[in-house]
Amino acid sequence: MSSLFRASFLVAVTSALALAGCDREEHHSRAKPIGETVPAGESPDTIFPGTSSAPPLDPRAVLYDNNANAIAQGQQLYLQMNCVGCHSHGGGGMGPPLMDDQWRYGGRIDQIATTIAEGRPNGMPSWRGKLTEDQIWDLAAYVRSLSGLPSKDAVSSRAESMSAGTPQSLTPHAEPKNSDAPQQ
Amino acid sequence: MKPRVPAIATLLPLLLGACQYQHYQSDFGRAGVEDNQFLTLFTIFLIVCGVMYLLVIGFLFAAIARSRRLEANTVETGRHHRSDPLMSTTLIGWGALIGVGLAGLAIASFFTDRSMAKAATGEKLSVTLTGNQWWWDIVYNSADASKTLRTANELHLPVGVPTRIILNSNDVIHSFWVPSLAGKEDLIPGRENDITIVPKKKGIYRGQCAEYCGAQHAHMALVVVVDSYPDFLKWWHHQLEPAPMPTTPLAMAGYKYVTGGPCSACHNIAGTAAGGQVAPDLTHLAGRKSLAAGTLPMTEGNLYGWVEDPQSLKPGVKMPTIGMEPDKLHAVVAYLETLK
Repeated sequence: MSSLFRASFLVAVTSALALAGCDREEHHSRAKPIGETVPAGESPDTIFPGTSSAPPLDPRAVLYDNNANAIAQGQQLYLQMNCVGCHSHGGGGMGPPLMDDQWRYGGRIDQIATTIAEGRPNGMPSWRGKLTEDQIWDLAAYVRSLSGLPSKDAVSSRAESMSAGTPQSLTPHAEPKNSDAPQQ
Repeated sequence: MKPRVPAIATLLPLLLGACQYQHYQSDFGRAGVEDNQFLTLFTIFLIVCGVMYLLVIGFLFAAIARSRRLEANTVETGRHHRSDPLMSTTLIGWGALIGVGLAGLAIASFFTDRSMAKAATGEKLSVTLTGNQWWWDIVYNSADASKTLRTANELHLPVGVPTRIILNSNDVIHSFWVPSLAGKEDLIPGRENDITIVPKKKGIYRGQCAEYCGAQHAHMALVVVVDSYPDFLKWWHHQLEPAPMPTTPLAMAGYKYVTGGPCSACHNIAGTAAGGQVAPDLTHLAGRKSLAAGTLPMTEGNLYGWVEDPQSLKPGVKMPTIGMEPDKLHAVVAYLETLK
């Protein structure tokens, strides 16, 4: 009897541990609670003359950075919205590469989201009003994964479309070099 | 134990009846040539296998009854060796019956297979059906590029015309299944499958994705409308027309938002600036029978709900909740309703 008790106790503990593993992250399909909060032109930017310090990280960053669902959705949008047309699959072409350690406008997720929403000089169009803020943040989460910045358990080991490239889970980590970019 | 048997006996026909209560999605519809052939084959198999099954059960009971009559310990007394002429005749007959039955099944299945292969060569119309999470992209192919038609979630077929449906997928494996017309065929990414359908009866049938493809697999339905050939051509020519310019100021405001705002990044409306190719074509949206791949019937109320908050009606769908202000929402729905 006691061995049966011990076995069922072990099963209960293991399943409790396994269930706890399910709660890795939040899957939010609705943008509503996150909100369209930042008016045009007021997104965080760190391109200042002089040595002023970067603004604090946007509180929404935790909802998207290292979020497997956000990265996967962003990967689909990256193909569908034809980011590939200029940036290729991260290697760059007409637009700058996204898989290296150079970030002209910052490699923090909120800075990337700003770049996508507001556009940048020399060709990057503004996606504000064309994509929802939720989609822009999904894309930013995926763009960060191109240089291996999110943790490996959040990225997919299989591309959304057929690809001969290295799986994302093997993308080398390229630490951002800009002095004002990485704070996480 | 006893009262259960009549209970099951009354329940079984009821359960089978449930397969048919929606006449537009029925396994026994006989509305397509392929479906008809398969049903005939199924009936032949059912009868042959049923007769053999009943015979086996009959022999089993006969053997039980016979062994009760015989004395015990036949092995020890050596009596089990005695031969029974009736028994050997029955056994030979039984062997012959199995041979005839199996040969009959093989011949029936061979002829069904052959006639299906013949139907697949006489194609008159070609449609490319691409599966997406969770909707159907439909292209009517034509040698004349100006007759090539792109639509979504509603397949129109002419009655009696062999139609080849080419099946593709953009993301994961889906399966094309219109039970009233034909069997299932998978849509596999990076691979082209095809199925030839010859609808026999006019009507509206329901198709359903039959391979689990993600959160909204159950809401990936397809409306199939089978029409007479002239009606089908009329529909085709109407669908080829670009969307008309709206006439009311409200619809005009909606037109400006839809073709210049976030909708146009994914959706295509022929004749306007909205040229997105990653979501269902909206050129004749309001003329369709359902919304969001068979999730909701096409009504004004559902259109309002869907445009305002698709994520609560079909959680996980790729269409985002934009959170439109009421005046914008009224305008967008007014415009979408002009897309007949």
